[in-house]
Amino acid sequence: MSAPLFEFLLRLGDDRLILGHRNAEWCGHGPILEEDIAITNIALDLTGAAQLLLDLAGRVEGQGRDADALAYWRDETQFRNLQMVELPRGDFAFTMVRQLFFSAWTHFLFEWLKQAAHEELAGIAAKAQKENRYHLRHAGEWVVRLGDGTEESHRRAQEAVDALWPWTDEMFATDAVDQAAQAELGLPVRPDLKAEWRAVVADVLERARLTIPETPMRMTGGRKGRHTESLGRLLAEMQIVPRSHPGATW
Amino acid sequence: MATETTDRNEWPLWEVFTQPPNGKPHEHAGSLHAPDAEIALQNARDVYTRRGEAVSLWVVPSQAIIASAPSDAGPFFDPGNDKAYRHPQFYKIPRGVRGV
Repeated sequence: MSAPLFEFLLRLGDDRLILGHRNAEWCGHGPILEEDIAITNIALDLTGAAQLLLDLAGRVEGQGRDADALAYWRDETQFRNLQMVELPRGDFAFTMVRQLFFSAWTHFLFEWLKQAAHEELAGIAAKAQKENRYHLRHAGEWVVRLGDGTEESHRRAQEAVDALWPWTDEMFATDAVDQAAQAELGLPVRPDLKAEWRAVVADVLERARLTIPETPMRMTGGRKGRHTESLGRLLAEMQIVPRSHPGATW
Repeated sequence: MATETTDRNEWPLWEVFTQPPNGKPHEHAGSLHAPDAEIALQNARDVYTRRGEAVSLWVVPSQAIIASAPSDAGPFFDPGNDKAYRHPQFYKIPRGVRGV
């Protein structure tokens, strides 16, 4: 059992599990049928990546926990996801701007993880990266259309950018856990993800006629189990069935 | 490429064609609504290829398709029905030829 590697994989897995759940909330509520299918496809991709990452985390931990045990039987303070991904789904603009921010970051993160000497993680990153390219394209195209669309869509998209921007710094924070895990995974030096991310995001926002706010960044803590009030409610909904009927199969 | 919306609340309709993985011609898969070509292509991917059914996609604005009318059926299609020699089943197809 390697504690830093377990933590590192939980962080990667929890980001995707929680954002996948948030996107899945659109099922049956999409603005049009086609987009309903698109968002839930993205949700399924994220949940699938979470399952692979959490299963691997469980094996690294060596306590017999699989992805289901980690997803359904941990409490709020044991989750390691970014705070940004747990925020309520908001309107369609909020969901698409968040997906753009997240997928642009995932792009550079996974390009780096693909280089891991750890074959299984490199394989997961390569598979998820293929899916992520589509998420990034889909979210980016929608942000451009909303920002450069009607007066109302522009206003809503700008409100989403303003609301989400202060949560983005948490994606780029690293600590001793990351560094120990990186060495163990045989990863090259972590590139400057923030600079690469910002270039991609700024390009999309410019095409969308949206502006980057100058608001200060928020306090972070998701990586250490400190979360907003939204996560508890999300987990209550996500975990109630397996907790009410432990071991149930269908 | 943007097309005019026909109704204030409806995006334009697009026809979707998918090419199966085994190299056959593109086939009509169905239709969908989208505000422009790029979103139509993405929606087509999500609605019609999510189980790996295709290697290529076409989307065409539905209004670009010129269709025959039901009343054309007689003059258009009936004359072919009694001309058996127009059918190719009199030829032997060499073994090994596929997809015909």
